[in-house]
Amino acid sequence: MAVASVVILAMLASAVLLGSLAWRVPINEIDFTARLSSPSWQHPFGTDDLGQDLLARMLYGGRISLAVGFAAMIVAIIAGTLIGAISGISRGSVDAVLMWITDLFLALPQLPLLLLVIYLFRDFLKAWLGPEGGVFILIVLVIGAFRWMPVARLVRAQFLSLREKEFVEAARALGATTPRLVLRHILPNSLGPVIVAGTIDVAAAIIAESTLSFLGLGFPPDIPTWGRLLFDAKDYLDIAPHWALFAGAAIFLTVLAINFIGDGLRDALDPRKVM
Amino acid sequence: MGKYILRRLIIALPSLLGISLVLFVLLALAPGDPFGELATNSNIPPEVREALRVKFGIDDPIFVRYLHWLVAMLHGDWGFSFSSRIDVDKLILQRVPTTLFVVGSSQLLALAVALPVGVYAAMRPYSIFDQIANTFAFVGFSLPTFFTGLLLILIFSVNLGWLPFVYRVDIPATGWHWYWEYFKQGIMPVAVLGLFQAASYTRYVRSAVLDVIRLDYVTTARSKGIGEGKVVIKHVVRNALIPVVTLVALQMPAVFGGAIVTEQIFRIPGIGSLLITAILANDTPVIMAVTFVFACLVVVFNLLADIIYGWLDPRISYR
Repeated sequence: MAVASVVILAMLASAVLLGSLAWRVPINEIDFTARLSSPSWQHPFGTDDLGQDLLARMLYGGRISLAVGFAAMIVAIIAGTLIGAISGISRGSVDAVLMWITDLFLALPQLPLLLLVIYLFRDFLKAWLGPEGGVFILIVLVIGAFRWMPVARLVRAQFLSLREKEFVEAARALGATTPRLVLRHILPNSLGPVIVAGTIDVAAAIIAESTLSFLGLGFPPDIPTWGRLLFDAKDYLDIAPHWALFAGAAIFLTVLAINFIGDGLRDALDPRKVM
Repeated sequence: MGKYILRRLIIALPSLLGISLVLFVLLALAPGDPFGELATNSNIPPEVREALRVKFGIDDPIFVRYLHWLVAMLHGDWGFSFSSRIDVDKLILQRVPTTLFVVGSSQLLALAVALPVGVYAAMRPYSIFDQIANTFAFVGFSLPTFFTGLLLILIFSVNLGWLPFVYRVDIPATGWHWYWEYFKQGIMPVAVLGLFQAASYTRYVRSAVLDVIRLDYVTTARSKGIGEGKVVIKHVVRNALIPVVTLVALQMPAVFGGAIVTEQIFRIPGIGSLLITAILANDTPVIMAVTFVFACLVVVFNLLADIIYGWLDPRISYR
């Protein structure tokens, strides 16, 4: 299943990245005579209410959705690993404080705070970085900020157990400083669960970005991310179901493939496999 | 048990304070004026705006503002909504029961589906039932809630016409018919939320039961001649429920997020859709109050989970 998912994900990624070279219909070519038409040879996924071709819009939006997913994962993993490593290698009050902060963040309701932060900071970032760039940075940072906690806990747990092993003791006896111990010895061995958490984070980030766009609060309205396509499609469900179905199916397949890959990775890396 | 509950309550309060601090810091850091919306509203003359600024102490140092805000929140003085023109606490109180009903029923549905399926799948690992259950679980939590909601609306309301898709709190019916109408309109939102959660819970229940079922006391119970059903229910499930309860409690923030989306799709008048309308209308007091309510609900549910935890595992209440 996992291997099949890697293939599917690779196909989706390559379609999204290279498809716009092959399918050269512009994403905002408005054509009122072809409004809401079902899939045909001219428009393989149909058209939306302005007559814009859906396949082209989905290919464009896919790039953004995947970019947000991966960027948010990188933010979450970097933040989580940093905090988990610092917490794991130091004992006592630093550890306690960092863990209390982690618990606090875990208790925060994710979506309401996401919406709150976007509401508060959207105009400021738009003025600073332009509408798309600003929202992209904001969404990536905020989604990443809500996903670092499990990574931090995993890294900290790994550190706590690896810290007592003999090879660490040996390295310390040879005179290794603490940063070198962390970077060269402990951290590379603790990355297994982090990779698994990372794949789950990509899926969660894609769903979070789609949810934001679906609520109308993500990217500017002319950028056709998959969630935004669903937001536009939901008012035309009875007369043009193909619109919502294609967009939703794309999100579903991507997230499903990523989840299967994550599960396969976990099975491969976890020594306690259930027999 | 009573002392344990008291201890958990005392621990819950600092988290509530911490959350309120984070919320307030976010608002304070935000550029722009929370009363900026009023500037464009011609009904409000500049003197009133100035008076509001002084009253809310916008220009005071941040620590003073936080204390004022916290005291006001705790007194129940949650401010006045800009767009709805009524007190925020009345607005929220009108809508909280609906949200709690939908979220609560969906969690019950999720557990009612996940527990039997997960336990049965774990009793026969890697069998056909287990493979199918696993695949359904994956499909279930890969489908975003808004997509399942739209699909269900498409199938059941548009094509088949069996279920209403607009949620109404004031159903013009009485007695048995009222309950039936309420139930019919509630099926889809509760099913959407509940099945999404059930998918992730099933996998977790399965792995928790698999961890427990190989332990010695289960073998002892079986060898004592206790029937399989009783062994499963009294020994296995009760111990496997401990990590599951932790997971359910940890998932509460995500469930409320899912409730927001579901309320938007099905037009349920709960606090989730209140948050969205308030954001779109730039209605700051409502946004702050609703986010605070969400945070409180999360803390309350965590507390509830701790209490159930203490009941399930008596060793915990002695710590």
